Amino acid sequence: MPNASPDEMQAMTKRWMDWIGGIAAQNKLGDRGNRLFPSGKVVKPGNIITDGPYSEIKESIGGYSIVKANSLEEATELAKGCPGLTNGGTVEVREISEM
Amino acid sequence: MKQTELIPHLFRTEYRKIVSVLYKLFGIEHIEIAEDIASDTFLLASELWGLKGLPENPTAWLYTVAKNKTKDYLKHNSIFTQKISKEIKYSAATFHEIEIDLSTQNINDSQLAMIFAVCHPCNPAEAQIGLALNLLCGFSATEIAKAFLTNKEVIYKRLQRAKEKLRTEKIKIEQPGLSELNERLPAVLLTLYLLFNEGYYSSNQDVSLRKDLCLEAMRLTYLLIENNYTNKPAVNALFSLMCFHSSRFEARINEEGGAILYEDQDANLWDKELIKKGEYYLNLSSKGDELSKYHLEAAIAYWHTHKEDTKQKWENILQLYNQLLQIEYSPIAALNRTFALAKANGKKDAITEAEKLNLTDNHLYYSLLGNLYTDVDNAKALEYYQKALSLTNSNSDKVTIGKNMEEVMSKLLESTKRGKPAISPSVKQQITRNPV
Repeated sequence: MPNASPDEMQAMTKRWMDWIGGIAAQNKLGDRGNRLFPSGKVVKPGNIITDGPYSEIKESIGGYSIVKANSLEEATELAKGCPGLTNGGTVEVREISEM
Repeated sequence: MKQTELIPHLFRTEYRKIVSVLYKLFGIEHIEIAEDIASDTFLLASELWGLKGLPENPTAWLYTVAKNKTKDYLKHNSIFTQKISKEIKYSAATFHEIEIDLSTQNINDSQLAMIFAVCHPCNPAEAQIGLALNLLCGFSATEIAKAFLTNKEVIYKRLQRAKEKLRTEKIKIEQPGLSELNERLPAVLLTLYLLFNEGYYSSNQDVSLRKDLCLEAMRLTYLLIENNYTNKPAVNALFSLMCFHSSRFEARINEEGGAILYEDQDANLWDKELIKKGEYYLNLSSKGDELSKYHLEAAIAYWHTHKEDTKQKWENILQLYNQLLQIEYSPIAALNRTFALAKANGKKDAITEAEKLNLTDNHLYYSLLGNLYTDVDNAKALEYYQKALSLTNSNSDKVTIGKNMEEVMSKLLESTKRGKPAISPSVKQQITRNPV
């Protein structure tokens, strides 16, 4: 949100905090996780390093959170409240495959 | 102060000081000896002062007698002395040279060292609280049993087991080293927090006993603040939380020892001095980059010292609960967070969130739903209150729920009178039934 006003930023932060707080209130928060800056570096085979990932693909990962759920469906339910959905984002839900 | 009042008073204030110094001197192996010497000192005081009148400085008298009794003990128990002389912290060549140091500094240091020994995680939390009351505050097993609403035997056994555990684990009565402090302090703070809550939230009708528990918890927390070494941000936050909570002590308990809900409290009865103190220590707690659950709970308690229902207040409380739940989940925090959500974001949001909480064995969960559905769907609100009532054993909770039900019922009757949507037969039946 590059052009957001301080009020809009604050409202957005509140939506995120309320969402995470709601998951925590169900005792289903594993780790709040982090946001990711939109750009960084991409390392490819053959020692090729590019800026990215936005230059290569249309979508970039904006952040991650870890939730505790009994099923993929339950986790998907939690993801439905993600404020990112309201500004064109999507949420991918994956199970962690423990090493 | 009359002599009949003076001895119990001195027993409360001086016994624990004398005994702490002796505990530290003798070590955890021999806490009974320390207790015997301290008790004998007070026994002698009550005999002699009755006959001869009060000494000029009763406290100094007690200290002198305790010192002499300790020296006598060591002299007459040479076997004991040989056995423990190595353990005696004061490295005197012979027991004649052992100095029993009852200076304020050593009393404080000894009490602090004892706090760490008593709050050692080798004992379960419940036992730690009992030990703290017994060893640090001079409460008898009978008094502790009263506070915990249980019988003396249970407490006696619990204390014996806990003391034995300290012995077998060879817990030293000393302040932990700097590197160990950060590891040990959380357990100490948790015990003091639980001790305070035991007094503050107990359903015990003995109000003065409950107040004593809160005061003792505050006194021990303050000991940690007074010492530079343990004066950490989280300690200040905990003390601030205790100040804010106890500022409402008088206002939240009625004459029968029952609870008065926050909304119904007379804010004039809130202790302004304690609120100021709470603010002072909350400020101090913000030094450093640590954010403990005590910080968040103290900040929530701070907002509750503002009685006005402003949007800003509830928004702040909501965000604090959001953070608190991320640090540590508890059902009560989840319920309170949802209540704040209703105040900050509206009931619609809060109902959606409340229904996800799934705390179906908790009467407070149904009370919350009853509250949220009031004026939204009064028939549903009534059903939830009914459910809450069936799940609680606490009399004061029953009274509160009953009041809420009456309010909802009058709203329902009002709307039927005005020809608003008819209510279902099952609800009608509930209305005619007396709730409490």
